Amino acid sequence: MSEPRVSTWRIALTFNQIALASFGGGLSAWSRHMVVERQRWMNDEEFLSAMTVCRVLPGANQVNLAVFVGARLRGATGAIAAILGLTALPALIVLALGALYTAHRDMPSVQATLRGMTAAAVALSLSMAYRTGRACLTSPPAWALFAAALLAGAVLRTPLLALLAVLAPLGMWWAWPRKVLS
Amino acid sequence: MNTSAGLQICLLFGSASLMSIGGGNSVVPEIELQAVGTYHWLTQAQFADLFALAQAAPGPSILLVTLVGYAAAGVSGAVLATVAMVAPAGALVFVFARVWGKLASSPWRAAFEHGLAPIAVGLIAASGIIVARAADHSPAQFVLTAVATLVFCATKVSPIIVVGLAGLIGWLGLV
Repeated sequence: MSEPRVSTWRIALTFNQIALASFGGGLSAWSRHMVVERQRWMNDEEFLSAMTVCRVLPGANQVNLAVFVGARLRGATGAIAAILGLTALPALIVLALGALYTAHRDMPSVQATLRGMTAAAVALSLSMAYRTGRACLTSPPAWALFAAALLAGAVLRTPLLALLAVLAPLGMWWAWPRKVLS
Repeated sequence: MNTSAGLQICLLFGSASLMSIGGGNSVVPEIELQAVGTYHWLTQAQFADLFALAQAAPGPSILLVTLVGYAAAGVSGAVLATVAMVAPAGALVFVFARVWGKLASSPWRAAFEHGLAPIAVGLIAASGIIVARAADHSPAQFVLTAVATLVFCATKVSPIIVVGLAGLIGWLGLV
């Protein structure tokens, strides 16, 4: 960054805006809008590259992106400011909801409302699997890895560490770039 | 919060943080398995409720861990769970933010990116199935899930609107 350094406050405020504006989803679109168009901290190409890193590495994609952008702007301080901006207020809101839930969860109307919301939240997971799956489930080995993870995760309830210890090396071996024999 | 609850929270969410390939949703099955099955912090049905709340609230949906931490050990549990879930993966990203350019052509990057994606998709689908089962879905709920899935896949409607409408449908006693 050759321009004057961005203040930590501005980093935190920007990510706070991203979190609140994206009420209920669309976080990536909002992140791009704020980081690329509004603040001009990165160009589109840099942003896409950052998104790729954040998807590849473990961790919630949006939290990762906040760390990445914050780190580029102001090192460790910037990364922490971005994380706090993204999560502090939403965490307070979700905690308030959690406290309300704990106090009233036995009320029939609360139970009924949550039954409806849960049905839609399940749909959100399934549609996310559909969207991401459409891009990567393009060959029989990919489908086999998907099916194995689904079966172990949902039916056999294999602990994740064991599941990954078996499937991750298989997946990486399958995806390892090979020279095509001519 | 006693020490053992604090350690359990750090251990569960700290390891989940590093295993959350493809995003936070892939560790939902593991969190359910441990929080409900191993530690008995909450019931299956409560877990499903908290999952729905976290999806409906603003911010990253990984704040589910804030709610599970709260169920385990109150406000301090919530803070600890959130930090434990964010910090390890965040530290990893911090390191990679500096060296990513150099890794562009490494075969490890391609293998990691393409080899783990199908596993992540399987785990995300598993999280949907687990929550449906934990909530003891009624036939009407399955219908609502199917309709909402179609809406999410075919349109760009904000999830908050769909989750809100579904809550209203539930409140009216229709599912």
